[in-house]
Amino acid sequence: MAETATAEKVAKKKEKPAPRIEVIDEFCKGCNICVDICPTNVLEMKPDPTRWVGAVVVVTRPEACTRCMLCEIHCPDFAIKVY
Amino acid sequence: MAFNYEYYLRMDKMPHMWCPGCGIGIVVKAMLRAIDKMGWSKDDVAVVSGIGCTSRTPGYVDFNTLHTTHGRALTFATGLKLARPDKHVIVISGDGDAAAIGGNHFLHACRRNIDLTLIVVNNYIYGMTGGQASPTTPFGARASTAPYGAVDSPLDISRVAIAAGASYVARGTVAQGFMLEKFIYNGFKHKGFAVIEAMSTCPIQYGRRNKLSDPVQLLKWVKEHGVPAKKAEKMSPEELEGKFITGELHNQERVEYTEEYELVRQRAQEAAGAR
Repeated sequence: MAETATAEKVAKKKEKPAPRIEVIDEFCKGCNICVDICPTNVLEMKPDPTRWVGAVVVVTRPEACTRCMLCEIHCPDFAIKVY
Repeated sequence: MAFNYEYYLRMDKMPHMWCPGCGIGIVVKAMLRAIDKMGWSKDDVAVVSGIGCTSRTPGYVDFNTLHTTHGRALTFATGLKLARPDKHVIVISGDGDAAAIGGNHFLHACRRNIDLTLIVVNNYIYGMTGGQASPTTPFGARASTAPYGAVDSPLDISRVAIAAGASYVARGTVAQGFMLEKFIYNGFKHKGFAVIEAMSTCPIQYGRRNKLSDPVQLLKWVKEHGVPAKKAEKMSPEELEGKFITGELHNQERVEYTEEYELVRQRAQEAAGAR
């Protein structure tokens, strides 16, 4: 009984689509908080001379995301969304 | 899943004017998530602010909003709550707004125990006006009016709130967004005056003068200086020097002002009818 329940749970987990991270470029101010707070190093700060802050966050390793939501919660500029 | 902040924001005003790495955005996000958790309609919520960086919040959130004079956010909010006790009034203010210019109003709102939620974003400095030392600037920290270090002892807003009679007091940090959301949510649920102090960051005005100009570094500084209430019980006063205690510091049921005032009105009407 218990085993089938766990098996169902595992199957459900597999059904879930892979995490997708969206960055709203015009809101990002390049403060680096998300890059530092991410436990699996999904994000990276890319220099961008066209912007007044000089940098913008980019998603470099989306496959490593565990959907912990830390970056979304701690982005002060409403720029990151994890789906 | 991603939280739909756009529903609660005035997107035509975005991106906001807060500096890169400013903690106010994190506090506002926690507030929006807590409001969503409460299931309140946008028309039933009023957000009131005074003057300062935090006071820009009503401009960005899509509720009934009121931007008032410096330090007087609580007085306007009290009037609002007394006129419409069915609405949920939230006051968001900074450390200068709540503890310096509006210090007196803060004490009396706590004493009165009116059903408001006050979120104090404490960033240890007057950010908007140019980095002057505020009542919560740590001892020895530099500010534009204290270039060789502040000599005043900082004010502990949460302890003042408890002493003045606020019935719910909690303190969180912007480095722990989930915890902050929980405290704000509990503050909303609480019947009475709830104070949530959010220890925030100001990398531009505070950090730049105190060798903490990197937002990440300042966020770590805030996290390190926060001591959970349970851990603080085992620590000596010397160890707690310069640190602040986080967690739910006070939770007490007390007579609520708007309910009590309704009873006073009934008594007065009965007395007038008897005459």
